[in-house]
Parts: sequence; C-alpha cells; structure tokens
Amino acid sequence: MSAINLIRIALRALQRNKLRAFLTMLGIIIGVAAVIAMVAIGEGSKQSIQSQLSSMGSNMITILPSSNVSGGVRIEGASFQSLTITDVKAIQQQAEYVSAVSPVASTKGQAIYGALNWPTSLQGVAPSYFDIRKLTIADGISFSDADVGSAAKVCVLGQTVINNLFPSGESPVGKVIRFNSIPLQVIGTLAAKGQSSFGQDQDDIILCPYTTVQKRILATIYFQSIYASAVSEDASSKATDEIIDILRETHRLRPSDENNFQVRTMEELIKTLSSTSSLLTILLTAIAGISLVIGGIGIMNIMYVSVTERTREIGLRMSIGARGIDILLQFLVEAIIISITGGLIGVVLGISSAKVITITLGWPTLVSESSIILSFMVCAFTGVFFGYYPAQKASRLDPIEALRYE
Amino acid sequence: MNNKILELQQIRREFVMGTEIVRALKGITFDVHAGEFVTIMGSSGSGKTTLLNMLGCLDKPTDGTYLLDGVDVRGLSRNELARLRNRKIGFVFQAYNLLPRTSALENVELPLFYNPALTAHERKEKAIKALEAVRLADRLDHTPSQLSGGQQQRVAIARALVNQPVMILADEATGNLDTRTSYEIMALMQDLNQQEGKTIVFVTHEPDIAAFSSRTVMLRDGKVVKDSINENVRSAREALASLPLAEDY
Repeated sequence: MSAINLIRIALRALQRNKLRAFLTMLGIIIGVAAVIAMVAIGEGSKQSIQSQLSSMGSNMITILPSSNVSGGVRIEGASFQSLTITDVKAIQQQAEYVSAVSPVASTKGQAIYGALNWPTSLQGVAPSYFDIRKLTIADGISFSDADVGSAAKVCVLGQTVINNLFPSGESPVGKVIRFNSIPLQVIGTLAAKGQSSFGQDQDDIILCPYTTVQKRILATIYFQSIYASAVSEDASSKATDEIIDILRETHRLRPSDENNFQVRTMEELIKTLSSTSSLLTILLTAIAGISLVIGGIGIMNIMYVSVTERTREIGLRMSIGARGIDILLQFLVEAIIISITGGLIGVVLGISSAKVITITLGWPTLVSESSIILSFMVCAFTGVFFGYYPAQKASRLDPIEALRYE
Repeated sequence: MNNKILELQQIRREFVMGTEIVRALKGITFDVHAGEFVTIMGSSGSGKTTLLNMLGCLDKPTDGTYLLDGVDVRGLSRNELARLRNRKIGFVFQAYNLLPRTSALENVELPLFYNPALTAHERKEKAIKALEAVRLADRLDHTPSQLSGGQQQRVAIARALVNQPVMILADEATGNLDTRTSYEIMALMQDLNQQEGKTIVFVTHEPDIAAFSSRTVMLRDGKVVKDSINENVRSAREALASLPLAEDY
C-alpha cells in the first residue's frame, strides 16, 4: 500500500472520531507547549543574566596587587604597591589576547560645586577604560591620551554625582567642580548604568586621567588596580595566563616566588550564574518532558481502545486483502498523525504562551529553535513508540476471530 | 482452459481444544466450475463455517489440497493469502461489515486500497461501476446508517465485485434480511451469476435460498453427504413477484 493511501485511510479513520482524536492530541499539545514555554523561560532568564554580565564587561580582567612575603612577614594585598605604568605598557605591547588595558588610580573624597557637595570616588584611568567597562558618554566628550600626558584637570561625571551636584538639571558640561581642593573641569557625563549585580551604584563615580590622580592628588607612581579586556569572552583565560607571564617578568619574580599580584576574570562568576539557570532549564524541561510522556501514554491507551473497538473492521480489512503490515502501518500512521498534529499545535501554542508570559508577567523568554526541534522529534518518536504496540496487536489478529468479534 | 475455480481434495481440518482434537472437516472433496452458483448447506456444527474460512483463504487445511483458480493455497504465507483474497475472492457477510460513517463509495473502494497498482481515479471509477451493477448509483455518498439493510448488503456485494474476483463467497448473506429483501438480494445474485457469469459460493442454512442456486452441497459432521445439481432453478425475480404485497406498501 502506498504512503498516500496509508495517510488517506488513517485520516478517514480519525475523521470518524474527531473529538476523541483531538482529546488524545491534547496530551501531546500540552506536553510540547509546556516544553517550549518552559525552555523559553529558562533560556530567557539565562540570557538576561548573561546580558547583565556583559554590560559589566564580560571579558573584563582585573589585576590587583596581592599579599606577598617581605622578609618573612605577609603584607596585606591592598597596601602592597606593585602595579606601575611599566606593567600597563608591558601588557599593552606584549599580550596578544588583550584588546585594551587601563590602570586605575582611585581615591575617595568630597566633590564640591557651588554650595553643594557629595562624597564620591575619583578614579584616574586611561581613555581605554571606557571600552573595558562598557561606559558610554551621554553628553560632552571623554578625555584623550593628550589629557593623560599633560595630567589635565578634566573629568567625566557619573549620573549619581550629577544628581547631587546639579540637582536643578542644568548641564554640568563646561562647569568646574572641585575634588577636595583640586579644580576639575567637567568635559563629559556618563550614561547611567544602574546598580551592578552586587548592588553597587555604578554611577557614583568621577573619572579623570590617571596621571591627574597620581600626580596632583595622591603623589604616587602605583595603581590600585589594572583593568584589561580580553579580545573575547572565550579568550579570557588565555589572556589571564599571558598577563601572569608578563607581570612575573616585569616584577622580576623568580620561578620559586609566588605572584605578588592577582588576576581575576568574570569567567567564574558567569559560570556560576549560568549553571544555576541551566539547572533551572533542565528542571523545567524534565517536568515538561514528563507531561509529554504522559501524552504519549494517552495515545497508547486510545490506540488500544481503538484497536479493540475496531476489531471487526480489522477482520474485514484482512478478509478483503489487507496484510498484517498494512494494518500495522494504518494504526501506526494514525498514532503518528495524532502526535505530529498535536506537536505542531503544541509548537504554536508554546511559542504564543511564551510571548504571553513576556507580555503579561514581564519575564524574559527566549524560544530556542533547538527546543522546538527537540520536542517535535520527541513527539514524533512518541507516536511511533506508543503507537507501535497497539498497531502490532491489531496486525496479529486472526481475521476469522476478528470478523466474528462482538 | 481449466475452468475449475475451486478444487478440493480430501480436505481435513483439525483443531486442538485443550487435550482433545476436534475434527471439523473429515475429508471433503468437490470442485466448483466457473459460472456455477453453489450453495453450501448444513446445520450448525456441520463444518460449514470451517469450510467457508478455508474457501475464503482465511484458514489453511490441516491435510488435503485446495486449489483456488489453480493456486495451491497450502504453501502460501499469510501475506500471500491476503493478496489472494484481495485479487480472487469477494466476501459478502451476514452482518454486512461496512465501515460506519463512511460513504458507500468509500466502502466499495476499500479493497482497491490494498492493490497498489491502481490510481485514485481508477479506484473511484471501478467503485462507481460496481455500485451501478448493484443499482445503487444514486446512493454513492450515503453512509451505512442512511441505507436500509438490503441496500447495505448491496453495497457489500458491490465491494465484493469491485476487484473482479473469480468467486463471490457469501456467508449467510440473507441471514439478517426479511424474506422480501432476501429475495431481492438473491435476484441480484442470480443476475450476477447468469448475466455476468460470476461464480458464486453461497453458504446458508435456509433451504428456500438454496433453491435459487444451480447446485447444492450438503454437509453433515464434516463430510459431504449430498452434492446435487438443481434441475429447476427457481427464479428469485418470479418468487419476488409472487410474494403477497407487504402491508406497509
């Protein structure tokens, strides 16, 4: 019997029991829709975590001075001064996997404008810092390498600082503020970044050339930290290794010496957060998968009932020339049609419910192609798997007994 | 040309029921020639049903040879038997066995679905022709529930004819019908036999039905007790005409 005939026969049989076919399908519809919607929620939350992280600069590398042993005494890392401009330049010139590097010399103090003042931190950085931290200028301009060279008294203000020093809404660009006693001309403002994942206000900041902080305020040649960014997120561990090698050289460490600095990447944080949301996705998928299996059992149940109910029909078909394989295929195709049609409806329902969830609850969802393909394949497999046994039972009936079945 | 449609030689069929062996057929021998209208008669337990299953290739003999249109049935597999049923035999059952909620046309088309050589168009054409032969050309789209018992049986006969089988095998085909409708069906059978030359094997236990056939084979206890040519075949059409008019007419 040809495939077209098979499908036609199966469709006619299903048409005779539309409601039952639909109810059987419902199990599959709900199963597939659940899988797609749940995976969409899981993937959506994963993606939103990732995009939050990359707004912090997901390929960012932080280099900090660390504790070291000096004459048998362990010295606290933060007070240990080991990072200098030599390190920055060495990284800049030698590291292949590092796309940008900037030192940070920071200090805390009081920013003053007119009658208002605000306690904040002043960070002396290189122009590349904006790239590394994914900072954007909202108004005005950023400072240049020339400003760094001349230790120019210019700065860029974060939104929190602006709100506190310029509450009336006037543009701070062009105004001169004072940080402690040093006058700094505001040449730009930063776009608001909001809180970091750790609850830190990322806008409570003033940026200026690192030379300005080093020479005019702190009078030091050391940096608190160095920020670098790897060429890509995947390259961050290679970049880390490179930086360690370079710094060991510039710091003239012997092979037996411990590093007197530490290099941190966002990688571990990203791993932790995405493994949490992966777990969520797996859990949701498992629950949805169970409902798909239940749908499959529903198909098997109905197909068994259908085989029993249509015993005489099977006997008749056999007596007019249907072979066992014809009967087997007929019932199998019926089961597959139910599961595939159910699967298609389920896909549509799953995608639309993911959209509805986003619109009504505001949860981020991401419908992944793989979840559609996977759940669709699972339900096609379900049709074959759960349809096979009833179909086989039908095909093995004795036509004589089937014809006389009451 | 060998015009023997059926050749039965010492057919035996035994069933094992627990520890006992039931001998349903105890050596049956007879031939049916093309164009014959044979009734097989016998009371219940005579082996009638077993013989019918055998003739219809639904069952195989324990012993003996059965040739259907020159093909030895004994050596065939289940699938080959199914093919033989599809091409050579047209079944008509007592309970019609039409698919419910399916039009007369589709019911008649059914056997043709198992013949992959035919196109959809040929299927439809043949089915319409078969329905015309049983004078139901105006009922193509009716489902069994919209048809009377006699009409349903005519659809079943059309289904039996549609594959142009060498033999129509009827199992108590008038058993569920009143006398008038039975005679109508018999008249149709006689037409098919006399005008179209169809070979018909008709299993029944009603002697008045047997009177319409050209030959009667009588079974008792698994053996043929009588095999007689019917000299004066009764015309079903005339019998129909002689029936008193039913009150509801």
